[in-house]
Amino acid sequence: MTTYILKRFLQLIPVFLGATLLVYFLVFSLPGDPIAALFGDKPVNEAVAAKLRAQYNLDQPFIVQYLLYLKSIFTFDLGQDFSGRPIAAVLGEVFPVTARLAIMALIFEAVFGIAFGLVAGLRKGKLFDGTVLIASLIVIGIPIFVLGFLLQFFIGVQLGWAKPTVSAAATVQDLILPAIVLGLASFAYVLRLTRTSVIENMNADYVRTATAKGLSRFRVINVHILRNSLIPVITFLGADLGALMGGAIVTEGIFNVPGVGNRLYRAVLSGEGPTVVSIVTVLVLVYCVSNLIVDLLYAWLDPRIRYDS
Amino acid sequence: MTPENNLTGQATTPRKIEHFVADLEETPLQVTDKVKEDQAPSSLWGEAWKNLRKQPLFIISAIMILAVVVVSLFPGLFSPIDPSAEACQLSNSNGGPVSGHPLGFNKQGCDVYARVIFGTRSSVTVGLFTTIGVVIFGGTVGALAGYYGGWADALLARLTDIFFALPLILGAIVLMQLPVFRANRTVWTLILILVTFGWPQIARITRGAVIEVRNADFVMAARSLGVSRFRSLLRHVLPNSLAPIIVVATISLGTFIVAESTLSFLGIGLPPSVMSWGNDIQAAQASLRSNPMPLLYPAIALSITVLSFIMLGDALRDALDPKARKR
Amino acid sequence: MKGEAMNSSVHIKEEVAGSERPLLEIKNLAINFATSNGEVNAVRNAHLTVMPGETVAIVGESGSGKSTSALAAIGLLPGNGRVAGGEILFDGEDIAHASEKRMIELRGNSIGMVPQDPMSNLNPVWKIGFQVKETLKANGLPSGPDDVAKVLAEAGLPDAARRAKQYPHEFSGGMRQRALIAIGLSCQPRLLIADEPTSALDVTVQRQILDHLDKMTTELGTAVLLITHDLGLAAERADKVVVMYKGQVVESGPSLELLRNPRHPYTQRLVASAPSLASRRIQVAKEQGIESEDLLAPTEPVVVEKALPEEVLRVEDLTKVFKLRGGIGKTTDFTAVDAVSFAVKRGTTTAIVGESGSGKSTVAQMVLNLLEPTSGKIIFDGVDTSTLNNRDLFKFRRRVQPIFQDPYGSLDPMYNIFRTIEEPLRTHKIGTKASREKKVRELLDQVALPQSTMRRYPNELSGGQRQRIAIARALALDPEVIICDEAVSALDVLVQAQVLNLLADLQDNLGLTYLFITHDLAVVRQIADHVCVMQKGKLVETGSTDDVFDNPREAYTRALLDAIPGGSLLLPPEVA
Repeated sequence: MTTYILKRFLQLIPVFLGATLLVYFLVFSLPGDPIAALFGDKPVNEAVAAKLRAQYNLDQPFIVQYLLYLKSIFTFDLGQDFSGRPIAAVLGEVFPVTARLAIMALIFEAVFGIAFGLVAGLRKGKLFDGTVLIASLIVIGIPIFVLGFLLQFFIGVQLGWAKPTVSAAATVQDLILPAIVLGLASFAYVLRLTRTSVIENMNADYVRTATAKGLSRFRVINVHILRNSLIPVITFLGADLGALMGGAIVTEGIFNVPGVGNRLYRAVLSGEGPTVVSIVTVLVLVYCVSNLIVDLLYAWLDPRIRYDS
Repeated sequence: MTPENNLTGQATTPRKIEHFVADLEETPLQVTDKVKEDQAPSSLWGEAWKNLRKQPLFIISAIMILAVVVVSLFPGLFSPIDPSAEACQLSNSNGGPVSGHPLGFNKQGCDVYARVIFGTRSSVTVGLFTTIGVVIFGGTVGALAGYYGGWADALLARLTDIFFALPLILGAIVLMQLPVFRANRTVWTLILILVTFGWPQIARITRGAVIEVRNADFVMAARSLGVSRFRSLLRHVLPNSLAPIIVVATISLGTFIVAESTLSFLGIGLPPSVMSWGNDIQAAQASLRSNPMPLLYPAIALSITVLSFIMLGDALRDALDPKARKR
Repeated sequence: MKGEAMNSSVHIKEEVAGSERPLLEIKNLAINFATSNGEVNAVRNAHLTVMPGETVAIVGESGSGKSTSALAAIGLLPGNGRVAGGEILFDGEDIAHASEKRMIELRGNSIGMVPQDPMSNLNPVWKIGFQVKETLKANGLPSGPDDVAKVLAEAGLPDAARRAKQYPHEFSGGMRQRALIAIGLSCQPRLLIADEPTSALDVTVQRQILDHLDKMTTELGTAVLLITHDLGLAAERADKVVVMYKGQVVESGPSLELLRNPRHPYTQRLVASAPSLASRRIQVAKEQGIESEDLLAPTEPVVVEKALPEEVLRVEDLTKVFKLRGGIGKTTDFTAVDAVSFAVKRGTTTAIVGESGSGKSTVAQMVLNLLEPTSGKIIFDGVDTSTLNNRDLFKFRRRVQPIFQDPYGSLDPMYNIFRTIEEPLRTHKIGTKASREKKVRELLDQVALPQSTMRRYPNELSGGQRQRIAIARALALDPEVIICDEAVSALDVLVQAQVLNLLADLQDNLGLTYLFITHDLAVVRQIADHVCVMQKGKLVETGSTDDVFDNPREAYTRALLDAIPGGSLLLPPEVA
């Protein structure tokens, strides 16, 4: 088992390096001067520009820039954003908010997705299954910002059940509606994945053998069908955490959540290269870590992986 | 095998067993393994098509897609009104429906219906060409990695992983904010950017499909005939790997249309001069509470289009299910 | 009406034993399946009787309804199946339409089951001990770790207490099957349904497991309903044999009686074609001094005066070592083929026999030049194949062609039959479009398929038909040697006999040489002139078929021979 985890870890290192290198390259090495863009339409003040360039190491060769940048990540010295605030502090503020949002969305999609998917799979072809399939199709098909607006409008404004925008404190209660919106599409995927998995396992040989042993239907479903069906679902959920964090931009925009997505969006609009790179790097790190967790989960759930060489 | 009485240890009298033979008329002997010659020949694709035709999911989505494509090609047929900025009159700003303008006006005084109709083309173009791009690039990478294995696979798989770490929207946002792209925002730069971050998914699917097919006996049979390795890939492995690629490509088309409108909604997609649903939604969100219509109608059009591609992908997946192929 | 049927069918009436009640009685059973094309009838008029403690075998090919009928008795028909008529009486009670609650009560402690495929029938995520324990618990029996270990030990698993803590994938195939037998018999049911319990196992393991199963069921007094496709196995292990064909029972009776005196034409065909029985008849004939050629399958044996054959293929010290990746950076060597040497004479059939992991398929792939040997030489018609350049290799391929095992995998599903058979001709640029079409038609004639098959696709054909297409494709280039890699192993008995006859005819007409890879010694006896026995990569014994079968020198060869089912049957040398 340790060799398996070690191997996966080693495989992720080039992924992390490659992804951050790619981002760094895209932001800082493509034609166009990021510093000049800062000044917008105003004439460039050379002294200030030179100072900024030195601050961001932009006058060094690319590879050196990148290595200095990596060093700064691991020493948490990420420099300052264009309004003078230390980036590390900014990240410290926004990441917990998005993490809360993402975890809530994950819980929502996991609990409801698995429950509905299980019932739909067990009653394949019946009314519940058909309804659920169509509903999930619609949820996947309608873009998230449309859904977000609709829900914000109907539940937030018309019915007043939830606050249409989130306060600066971004409490758990505030985040309920945004979490549902964020998790809706994934909920539909989890539902379908669970359903397909359950249908496949229902007809598996070992389920027939379990029934032949004289086990009650309840036990066959819970111990045999569900347990095996969950393997692909849980691995999807693990990977989804990273995706949710990285993809909350739209949701945060609609509900005005002070999280990573919002900050990133502002940085993008104002051309703040360093902030963008820092945020994306941390997101890539989250992605790599959640992948590793998924691998661990997979090995725990499926004994064949643990001992396989 | 004579059953013994376990309690007393004595052998019981052996049972008499009847020798039964069924009536020959009721159980006629047929020729072993006769070829059924009554039906017309049908390949796997032929059978899949026959299945597909009957499915309501397919019929509905196919009709919807056809409608969308026709509208995008010939918008003038559906809306006589010129939706461009010149024809908009501020005096009509946020007006309700009147005759000749069934969906009312948006903030700039432009006819909502016309903008929805004319906005179809950019979405369809982006969706279609991005899909073509990712299938060509991602498919090639995945096929080569899966077929040749070894170093090529290790390298290409790592490359795929690296790009996978940057989700589509995120990567597109990072790229779009660069000065070089900010200066040139066109449909084609957007397509290029979406392909850059959208290819890993198809690559992974293709790689998986190719790995499964390359070990099949018919590929070995082709090799032992003397067909070269590369030709076997083209002639035997790829055609048999197409099914999952087609399913994912269809669904991805829908996803790319959503991506374009998401980016436009965020203000960094298509330039405002290009008519698109995302742009319209973005422009209408400020006055959502007072006049939801200019936001609602493009949103509905967008949803219907995306939904139809995803439904089609679903129907294709059921029809091309590999478990249904094996007898 | 049953009475009328009894009058018109051939019936040898014998006294039915006393007043003992049958344990299982199936009467007039009809089973239907709901498909997209409406309801399909899978079983009709099925009837059989199992007395307490008796072993009854149901024999049939695929699609005969044997498994379906037995599964109905334990209430395990697949979702779309239902009992459409008739009765299933278990100890007098009709359970054909019993409630699920009643069936759950019966399963495990009254009716048990041992399924066919040991890998897919054990849940991979739970330990073996857990899966045994839940069986005992659900049926109200003590289920502590000692009880579990006892049950496993009784089924023949060594070191049972330790094994109970392991997962299914850590067991070998035979061990898994023992675990399944343990589970099936753990609650001491009165009836055990054994669905092809050893078909998925290696031959030598099969005999051990069946012997053990016999021992256990005799001790417990359990009646066994054994489902199998092998008539020889059925006759050896069961008191009574029931033969099913296309969903109906065509004949049933005492096992030996059925084999000596089959009355229904289908049974007669089965008895004539079953390889294990044919092999047994030859053996008996040998013991009685009769020549074996007269006893082969139904068609007229053609005795051809063959000229003194020369060597067409020679293999010297062939070795293949695979490098397996272990942990990080570690590789272990796995020797699949270890210094194998043999020669094949032109116009003859040489069989390579071995169980799984013996390396026989790897040898075939190296001879076909699809895999590079680690060392050793392959000499074809006097030329070392490793010295061939690309052009000559291309020409070499015309002379040696393969036929693979899986009929569902050896034809490209996207190509119609014409394209499949034409492909070799096109690849080697032989002839014109018109002449190629003519050749394809000729080839279809040669394999006894109608020419209209040309336009069809593989998914429309059965397994046997696809194998014949594979043969036609192999013949397209007029090869000299054909490598048959388990070419008939996946086929039903009668279809297998058909294909073997076809291969024999083609050999006589075209002077072909066959290298026949198989695990089935009974088939080898029917068709091969020479035999090479392989075990774990090494060549254990080699010689003419008669020599190897009559005087096996190695213990392993003897074990393989003993494992042929039906070895102890008292068969007459001639078929009725």
